[in-house]
Amino acid sequence: MTEQKKLSEEEVKSLEEVAKKVRENILVMINAAKSGHTGGSLSPVELLLTLYEKCMTHYKEWNKSPEWKNRDRFILSKGHASATLYATLAQMGYFEEQELLTFRKLGTRLQGHPSYGLLPGIEVSTGSLGQGLSMANGVALGLKLDRNKNNVFVLLGDGEIQEGQVWEAAMTSAHYKMDNLIAIIDRNRLQIDGDTEQVKTLDPLDKKWEAFGWQVLEIDGHDFQEIYGAVEYAKELGKQKSAPVMIIANTIKGKGVTFTENQASWHGKPMNDKELQKALQEIRG
Amino acid sequence: MVINKAVKKSLRIAYGETLTELGKQDENIVVIDSDLSCSTQTQMFAKEFPERFFNTGVAEQDAVCLAAGLSTCGKIPFVSTFAIFATGRAWDQVRNSVAHPKFNVNFVATHGGVTVGEDGASHQSVEDISLMRSIPHMIVIVPSDSIETREAIKFAYNYNGPVYVRLSRSNTPDVHDNDYNFDLNKAKVLIEGIDVTIVSNGETLYEAIECAQMLKKVNIDVEIISMPVVKPIDKETLINSASKTGAVLTLENHSVVGGLGSSICECLAENYPCIVKRIGVNDEFGQSGKAEELLVKYGLTADKFYDEVLKLVEKKNSK
Repeated sequence: MTEQKKLSEEEVKSLEEVAKKVRENILVMINAAKSGHTGGSLSPVELLLTLYEKCMTHYKEWNKSPEWKNRDRFILSKGHASATLYATLAQMGYFEEQELLTFRKLGTRLQGHPSYGLLPGIEVSTGSLGQGLSMANGVALGLKLDRNKNNVFVLLGDGEIQEGQVWEAAMTSAHYKMDNLIAIIDRNRLQIDGDTEQVKTLDPLDKKWEAFGWQVLEIDGHDFQEIYGAVEYAKELGKQKSAPVMIIANTIKGKGVTFTENQASWHGKPMNDKELQKALQEIRG
Repeated sequence: MVINKAVKKSLRIAYGETLTELGKQDENIVVIDSDLSCSTQTQMFAKEFPERFFNTGVAEQDAVCLAAGLSTCGKIPFVSTFAIFATGRAWDQVRNSVAHPKFNVNFVATHGGVTVGEDGASHQSVEDISLMRSIPHMIVIVPSDSIETREAIKFAYNYNGPVYVRLSRSNTPDVHDNDYNFDLNKAKVLIEGIDVTIVSNGETLYEAIECAQMLKKVNIDVEIISMPVVKPIDKETLINSASKTGAVLTLENHSVVGGLGSSICECLAENYPCIVKRIGVNDEFGQSGKAEELLVKYGLTADKFYDEVLKLVEKKNSK
């Protein structure tokens, strides 16, 4: 990566503080719901935050409606990390923070998996894995037809790419030269049944995407500087190469709380009150 | 009614022509096909508007979600492939990515039913109506001729939400007049009668009409209802007819499980219980053969279900 765009030290510090708040909110909402996906929600916190705070053109920054047509689009293909998306959107001012406590409860706009039509900022319905990249392709094509210069961002889980449809979509993105599409894999190396490489081997991930015609970047998915640098570079790279860009973001499932880090058992489990207090203490430092 | 059965027209070509016509009027129309554009006739649109035609290759799941994404940009996608793939292969995508958010995506699937012919069971969809009917927000339409196909496609274009239109591979004689107006909420009584009601759609509707004409000769007055819309079902027309005739026979090129017949049984059981006989594929798979041979084999031709109508009338009269 040459001439990588950089965040200032203050920006990084500020992002780190906001990330703490997002992590706290994720854990509090999952605890209040007594249900949710702790591990996979903690791993993409820095990714979503950097996109919404620094890389995407959207609502907050431009003081427009969430449906403003010149917005960048974000699709959470790994819909089970809905808590992260909701907590991030609340942080961005899409809705009141207190609504986070309705997560997964009857009548809520914060459905277990993102549901279109209820909450501002939710572009499509996801949750059934493997469908987000195809939808992102559709959005990318739609924007191109309208000669709209915005970008489409999509976050996939690493276990998710075991779904065959992801590879159908990967071919479509490259075939239609989607230089306005940036995909990110939350490479936390764990899925419900354990280590991804034991359940069904994913590596070498970079070579797979390259073979499908993508430009591939690999980063530390918790390092704001690396995330920002890669996403900004990807915007240019796609245009240069007339190709979609995949960012493989190496992350830690359950990141930020010692007892949940790298534990597959925390995939779909909420914390009890005692665990929550312990976790919040650690996050707040 | 007079039908020229010597002149059969292609529903698929009617689709391709209508789609191309609509494409000229509205540049938001986009078409997605999965390597079957020569069969589904979306090739007609593709030739005219290559920049608005997207071929996903042999990837139906991708096609459905691609359409979902396009619809979020205000595009009006028509997704076409064979019925078996649009509904079976990509059911979860249709359900979660299109129907749940109620996106404006139209599915026009061809090669429904056993009349796919020689390709056999793997390609003969006898479950698609059942599969699509069970999805919330989904409209299900089975046109019977080229005229109804044209009007159903126009309806789908104008309707804001997911629509499934199922077309047959076989050509059919036109049973509707050229000035036919498609009404989502209204089935059409094509022939009035008092002894028994036959409800049908798709390519079997013509057989129903022929059977009614045969029965007229033995003084049985058949009422024929053309019911292209399986969901939402027109309860009123159905109940009115059943309360007049007291016996209803359903006829479809689809499994008797979950399709038009099931839909009508549900409606009548709740609103006007009466005797019903479902004619269709009897919970079995199709097989290879010529389309005409298969219609006979599965009892979907007028002379084949003629006796079933007689039995139904007899059963009613013996009550």
